[in-house]
Amino acid sequence: MFQFIVRRLFQLIPVLLGVTILVFSLMHLSPGNPAHIIAGESAPESTVQQIEERLGLNDPIPVQYANFLKDVVTLDFGNSWRTSLPVSTELWPKFWVTFELAIYSTIFSIFLGLIAGIISAVRQYSVADVSIMLVALFGLSMPNFWLGLMLMQWFSINLGWLPPTGWGTPEQIIMPVFTLGTMGAAVIARMTRSSMLDVITQDYIRTARAKGLKEKVVIYRHALKNALIPVVTVVGLQFGGLLAGAVLTESVFAINGMGKLVVDRILARDFPVVQAAVLVMAVVFVFVNLIVDVSYKFLNKRIDLD
Amino acid sequence: MSEEIILDVKDLRTSFFVDDFEVKAVDGVSFKLPKGKTIGIVGESGSGKSITALSILRLLEKPGKIVGGEINFKGNDLTKASEQEIRSIRGNEISMIFQEPMTSLNPVYTVGQQIRETLKVHQGLGKEQGMEKGVELLKLVGIPSPQERIKQYPHELSGGMRQRVMIAMALACNPELLIADEPTTALDVTIQAQILELINELQEELGMSVIMITHDMGVVAETCDYVAVMYGGKVVEYADVKTIFKDPKHPYTVGLLNSIPRHDIDVDELEPIRGSVPSPKNMPNGCRFAPRCPFATDLCMEELPDLGDVSDENLVRCWIYSERWDGDPEVKEHGPKRTT
Repeated sequence: MFQFIVRRLFQLIPVLLGVTILVFSLMHLSPGNPAHIIAGESAPESTVQQIEERLGLNDPIPVQYANFLKDVVTLDFGNSWRTSLPVSTELWPKFWVTFELAIYSTIFSIFLGLIAGIISAVRQYSVADVSIMLVALFGLSMPNFWLGLMLMQWFSINLGWLPPTGWGTPEQIIMPVFTLGTMGAAVIARMTRSSMLDVITQDYIRTARAKGLKEKVVIYRHALKNALIPVVTVVGLQFGGLLAGAVLTESVFAINGMGKLVVDRILARDFPVVQAAVLVMAVVFVFVNLIVDVSYKFLNKRIDLD
Repeated sequence: MSEEIILDVKDLRTSFFVDDFEVKAVDGVSFKLPKGKTIGIVGESGSGKSITALSILRLLEKPGKIVGGEINFKGNDLTKASEQEIRSIRGNEISMIFQEPMTSLNPVYTVGQQIRETLKVHQGLGKEQGMEKGVELLKLVGIPSPQERIKQYPHELSGGMRQRVMIAMALACNPELLIADEPTTALDVTIQAQILELINELQEELGMSVIMITHDMGVVAETCDYVAVMYGGKVVEYADVKTIFKDPKHPYTVGLLNSIPRHDIDVDELEPIRGSVPSPKNMPNGCRFAPRCPFATDLCMEELPDLGDVSDENLVRCWIYSERWDGDPEVKEHGPKRTT
């Protein structure tokens, strides 16, 4: 197990190198001269050249990439071209907001999705099952910014129960988490249902019943653990989607998170911030999926990680 | 009879309801099992033998349902027992082992965890006591180095070992009745013999009664005291094991015996039973076996015979032994002949 984790960590190196190359080239392939943007439209040509020199924009591309890579390795992303503040100062507070949003939404979607999926599977074709699957289909097909706006309309404007914007207090957290977690919950519910249906017809479930176990024990101890593997996989993949999807949710609820930061800075050609942000998201995503892989082993000892 | 009857099944009817259509999988099955004895329920796939077994413990899955009859276990009618009562009997007083040892154990829990679970539910044993008893049980069923085996997962064991684990689990609470649903069908021949021997030995040691569900007359000969031969959801012949082999009366029983190869008599060709089991959706009106029976007459095709005394030893559901039958006089005189 330990060996597996160490090896996986080493395997991250090429993945992250790939990410740096992508991030680096994307920024350089996009049109517009950052020096112009920093200096402003009406700045004299000499100022622009000065800035280009300072940022190393005249160096050959490989040299620029090497410098970028050095920054990445030393975790020093320099200063924002926009605000001149260190990138880390700009990024971290916002990263934590988005990270929190994504974590809460994941927990919410796992909780809701699992319960709904289990009920659906255990009472296949019942009214409960059909209703849950209808709601799940709705949750799956609904764009989350629209859901966010509708929630705001109802709970903030019509009922006045929840604050429409911001992040931090428990009241502020409810609507964004619901908005962002709904799609995940729907996917998890459907996945759990089909996976549970597969499992509850297995011979060992009959064995469990023949031992005189309560139906609850049969379902939660014997069936669920076997049904969880595909669900866990989906959760890992969803998490990446949540980080990306957070952009819209953050915009709707005016949350000052990383999604909003990235969009703002892409428009402003603030390369250092964007590069750092994308890199951080990639690292988080890869780590979450590493955790997912490790959890397979806990769910089913038959799975050979090596 | 002076023997104590542990299980008395009377006119058991189990049906599956598919699209408003009733499929009668078990259609009026009755038998009695004396304490400490083994009854074999024999029949082809689809004869209703496994459904009979599952009905006893009420383990039928939807859309299966017991629609009539009684299952008296020590004077209690299990068909009327509450969910809680039947749970306290399952794995405790009546245990069951299944056909597929490869898939009957939960792959994500160790052997020990699965055995301990039964002990905890029925006897309230804690982890350490459960572990101790578990090792004891594995030893009892002949698993070498039980201390190590108990910590292993099912995928680390062979099919024969897994069936032993299943038996150990079934025996955990000293059940009075063991239902074995084709316990050896999925195993190698040598392992089959070992498992049957194990069941026989344990039965003697623990004084259990056993219901042996099988399609294999060899298994019947090896283990059973009484035999109920099932066909099309009904018992067609009931007798003690000696009589079944020496003097079978029903043409189906005779057919089953004729299709077994024997080493002591030189026959060139085995005689199979032609045709196949009728679909429960489309049961013949008369005797269920009539379409495949070499002796069937119009009477057999039209009217269902009762299960009745034919001799002191046999209960048979067949027209041949009735006054009304007008088929081959030779058969009427001597009954269907075994060719092997």
